[in-house]
Amino acid sequence: MSAATAEVVAGFDVKKVRADFPILSRKVHGLPLVYLDNAATTQKPRAVIDTLTRYYTEENANIHRGVHQLSQIATDAHDAARRTVQRFLNAADPAEIIFTRGATESINLVAQTYGRTHVGAGDEVVITAMEHHSNIVPWQILCEEKGARLRIAPINDAGELLLDEFEALLNAKTKLVGVAHISNALGTVNPIARIVEIAHSKGIPVLVDGAQSVPHLPVDVQALGCDFYAFSGHKIYGPTGIGVLYGKRALLEAMPPWQGGGDMIRSVTFEKTLYNQLPYKFEAGTPDIAGAIGLGAALDYLSGIGIENALAHEHALLEYGTKALEAIPGLRLIGTAKEKAGVLSFVMENIHPHDIGTILDQQGIAIRTGHHCAQPLMHRFGIPATARASLAVYNTTADLDALVGGIHKLKEVFA
Amino acid sequence: MADLRELYQEIILEHSKTPRNFRPMEGANRQAEGYNPLCGDHYTIFMDVADESIRDISFQGSGCAISKASASMMSQALKGKTRQQAEELFEQFHRVVTGEPGSDTSALGKLEIFAGVANFPTRIKCATLAWHTLQAALRGEQVASTE
Repeated sequence: MSAATAEVVAGFDVKKVRADFPILSRKVHGLPLVYLDNAATTQKPRAVIDTLTRYYTEENANIHRGVHQLSQIATDAHDAARRTVQRFLNAADPAEIIFTRGATESINLVAQTYGRTHVGAGDEVVITAMEHHSNIVPWQILCEEKGARLRIAPINDAGELLLDEFEALLNAKTKLVGVAHISNALGTVNPIARIVEIAHSKGIPVLVDGAQSVPHLPVDVQALGCDFYAFSGHKIYGPTGIGVLYGKRALLEAMPPWQGGGDMIRSVTFEKTLYNQLPYKFEAGTPDIAGAIGLGAALDYLSGIGIENALAHEHALLEYGTKALEAIPGLRLIGTAKEKAGVLSFVMENIHPHDIGTILDQQGIAIRTGHHCAQPLMHRFGIPATARASLAVYNTTADLDALVGGIHKLKEVFA
Repeated sequence: MADLRELYQEIILEHSKTPRNFRPMEGANRQAEGYNPLCGDHYTIFMDVADESIRDISFQGSGCAISKASASMMSQALKGKTRQQAEELFEQFHRVVTGEPGSDTSALGKLEIFAGVANFPTRIKCATLAWHTLQAALRGEQVASTE
């Protein structure tokens, strides 16, 4: 890597960080891996891999059940992971942290519980034009079931939410606002505190899809004031299959349970079941115990680096990459918001993103191509798909140089 | 990069830049839309079929070089063929691009240049999208999807 980024963030050593991620030393098609698909999923540090191995090697048991020692160890580790998440988001109470399978399941949980009890015929749910399908489809399903209406706050050509038009959409029929903190396809960082302020001034709760934000910038749910916040473990250096829903205690208390089963009950008879307290009310069945503990390890790892350092490093890379890509003739960046995170989405004249992806892959460079589960957003920009390079804490300017070199090579193929 | 040249052969690149029969068809009596939901590729195939014979075929839409070249070359290969011949050709083509053991490129004619796709499993659906759409149109279905 060049000296440029090393100097940008004092006290941050990307070489040392890279050494923590075993997969980064492997080769793809005989070439060193250049991993730039972090918005899809991040790689895992040794600390997470070792935690999973240790859990299954030494601690595995079901939680909240046994009187035996292993069950207690597993339960304690699971509880500790929940408190780690609570601290990471600065939630007021560990009971406000619900473990799910991921951000998608978190949003579905809210749609199917809070949504089904509060949204009725003629009501409205407001989302934005830059949402991932996971923050569109659960609301469509709800609105269809209830005879409610899904309304879409528009964005400008840079990919920024039009706040005035968003505000104008809110009215007495609006029962919930759903918004991404960071757009997965554009990298736009939405002004969540301001959005929450506007919505709350009209008495409307706000759900934030934080799948792309929690890994890349400091998130304080109390400072943001949002009512629900969802994220996925695998995008923040943790395992797949684990995610989080944060919800304000009063809202969660009032919500009906979602899935029924073991662990979410206090007592069951065939006549009447009493539900368990928070957070267990929303965690039916044996959860992904190892996943939660692995997520805790991932958050501890990131805290060790310092989320502020990660943010500064990735921002320096974003600026470096933006300049480098803008200099390529025939390349157009999609998503040029002033407030932006480490996502470089682009299209090229006469070369389809899918072909870009294959040709870069042959050079060991992993990016995402396609509609990024945001088809309405692609329609907004009048394109079928983009190529997307997305950054993480272990990326370097050398990775971005490789990307630029790869793009020049693909221009040769298509010359 | 050697593999890349096998995939992106000159003829394929040439067809993707200047696709043949790339137009809507007024009076088409068979028509279907094909989607690849993973990458957003989207084509419409038009045909004029009479007495089980494809008298004319054209397409419109957008997608990657592989999918567009495949649609273009398919349209050339099938003009004047019977429905039965079209179905058989698709079967051969499918075997070749999926790299099925014992698949035979000899019946494919010019389409054999798509054999390189077999080394790129993520791109097989690009090569077959137009064909799936064609099959849907011949069978009277309106929408085909690779998923």
